[in-house]
Amino acid sequence: MHIIQEILFVFAFAIAVYLFYRKARQIRLNILLGRDVSLNDHPDLRLKNVLLLAFGQKKMFRNPLVAVLHFFVYAGFLIINVEILEIILDGILGTHRLFRDVLGSVYPVLIGCFEVLAVLVIVGCAIFLIRRNVVRVRRLAMHELDGWPKSDANYILVTEIVLMLLFLTMNTADQALHPDLGPFWVSGAFKGAFEGFSPFALEAIERSCWWLHILGILAFLNYLPYSKHLHIILAFPNAYFSDLRPKGKMENMPAVQKEVTLMLQPELAAAEPAPADMPKFGAKDVPDLTWKNILDAYSCTECGRCTAACPANLTGKKLSPRKIMMDTRDRAEEIGKLGNTEGKTLLRDYISEEELRACTSCNACVQECPVSINPLHIILQLRRHLVMEESSAPQEWNMMFSNIENNMAPWKFSPDDRDKWAIEMNA
Amino acid sequence: MQIKTMAEYFASGESPEILFWVGCAGSFDQRAQKITKAFATILTRIGVKFAILGKEESCTGDPARRAGNEFIFQMMAQNNIMVLNNYEVKKIVTTCPHCFNTLKNEYPELGGNYEVLHHATYLQQLIDAGKIRMKEGGAFKGRKITYHDSCYLGRANEIYEAPRKVLEVLDAELVEMKRCRSNGLCCGAGGAQMFKEEEKGNTRINFERGREAVETGAAVIAANCPFCMTMLTDGVKEQGKEESVKVLDIAELIAMDLEG
Repeated sequence: MHIIQEILFVFAFAIAVYLFYRKARQIRLNILLGRDVSLNDHPDLRLKNVLLLAFGQKKMFRNPLVAVLHFFVYAGFLIINVEILEIILDGILGTHRLFRDVLGSVYPVLIGCFEVLAVLVIVGCAIFLIRRNVVRVRRLAMHELDGWPKSDANYILVTEIVLMLLFLTMNTADQALHPDLGPFWVSGAFKGAFEGFSPFALEAIERSCWWLHILGILAFLNYLPYSKHLHIILAFPNAYFSDLRPKGKMENMPAVQKEVTLMLQPELAAAEPAPADMPKFGAKDVPDLTWKNILDAYSCTECGRCTAACPANLTGKKLSPRKIMMDTRDRAEEIGKLGNTEGKTLLRDYISEEELRACTSCNACVQECPVSINPLHIILQLRRHLVMEESSAPQEWNMMFSNIENNMAPWKFSPDDRDKWAIEMNA
Repeated sequence: MQIKTMAEYFASGESPEILFWVGCAGSFDQRAQKITKAFATILTRIGVKFAILGKEESCTGDPARRAGNEFIFQMMAQNNIMVLNNYEVKKIVTTCPHCFNTLKNEYPELGGNYEVLHHATYLQQLIDAGKIRMKEGGAFKGRKITYHDSCYLGRANEIYEAPRKVLEVLDAELVEMKRCRSNGLCCGAGGAQMFKEEEKGNTRINFERGREAVETGAAVIAANCPFCMTMLTDGVKEQGKEESVKVLDIAELIAMDLEG
């Protein structure tokens, strides 16, 4: 009997790990579709960001109540992993509660802590379900989440509640079966529920919960890469690779810089080799973005804090920074699946000019994101493509460009009047 | 008062303490010119030797770059850097957070390395050094002032305290809007929006911010940016409060009650 369970477990575990590896590899390739940028400077500051932003969830605490609930669910996830380690080892070795003998009297305390966390996870997830489906918090009930994104969120929350209930039920049945076990802090109190059950029934309940719990976790592992929930993994590398420079700084374009330098100082041109091919300006599609932009897209859990803070979105414009990230991920997935042959592009097929034009570059979206995503960087690269590759700009912007070019100011004033105010003061 | 250009200083073999980068709005926009004059007045009154570039100053290229036109940005930036390096400029103070951001964060990799300060920070330094002293019982004593964080001084460069410290010397009652500091709501002008009509929506961003500012009950909305100035002034007008609520730059507020 035991050996069959062991074989089945090892088999299920191996399949789950293999499938996860295969999908993770595909996502890695999709991320590497992006152009290369070097983000390895200042490892000390980057590690600090991982500790503060990812482990410490610093930005979540901009809203303390939600942050505490989210922290329960997060801590539950992290710490209950220790319990999962025991379950996996039990599964492979055919043992039962392997850590019990090793840890002695510490064991019930440890399991007790897990159980308290499990209850907190259930409470947290239940409140999150209510916020999404009953209270309908604005950012969680917007139309851009209609369909899959909305179901995705609910599946995750319900699955987490079910997994925790299975864990608690398993412990309860196990204590009814083995009176010397426990009592554990939470499930110990419910032992009475199984009074009068035959040992066979108790064993069946305990085993079923054990199997459903671990199969559920393995299935959930494989659900992650298809879901917004992938943030539980990618938040960490994303914090590490986040931009360390002031948010106001825009990425330089060395190709344009060089071209303008040669134009202003033609004497340098002789020494300069002719460029091999015409460089592309800005981004039209996902492969034109940086790999960090695509990592951002896969790290997004669609919480919508960016969109809730976006001045354009708040005043009814089409722009939603969250949608920019969702579109980028969807398009990266599409290219990963079908290749880049369809004639579709991120610009226009996913993100419209109207959305891009509404951005004030205020950095509120960048500031808000708890997992260090930068939607503004994508918006500005798409704008560069529109203006420099397609000469597509509102008429007023074209006027502004030509005013700057001809009058050195965005308005049509004579450059000779630039110091008129000073002459007035000197008089 | 004698405001001198960098060229004049250079010709006389002297060098100023700071270059005052005026910016396009500060040079041409009638409302923003008052901010420029107020800041120049402060500098003159306390005896800071400063220069302007005068006709040699050009747009930093900020709006062109943010609209997507890197060519125009590079042309402006490289020209400005040539002028600034030519005069061996070391320290720049500007009354525009967009110019500040571009000069400070975007010019170094193009070869323009200067110490760049926004006037909020510079005024705070002058106050801390005891150089700026205010009249007893100034015009704003005890009155309510609310401060609007510009995006390019605030989130973009994380300067939140300096302008508030400057306002403290007015002895006024500082009240915060619901969205302030890193949560501050944009005025709607950044990212080259100043130069085009807003996209279709259900209200204007500056109306939303104007409403929020007026709701604080403040008599003065303090700004640090010529574009915010335009936007907030219109926002207050939309609320019908242009008589009772004034939008003023921090330099104007200081200049009004400067001692001596």
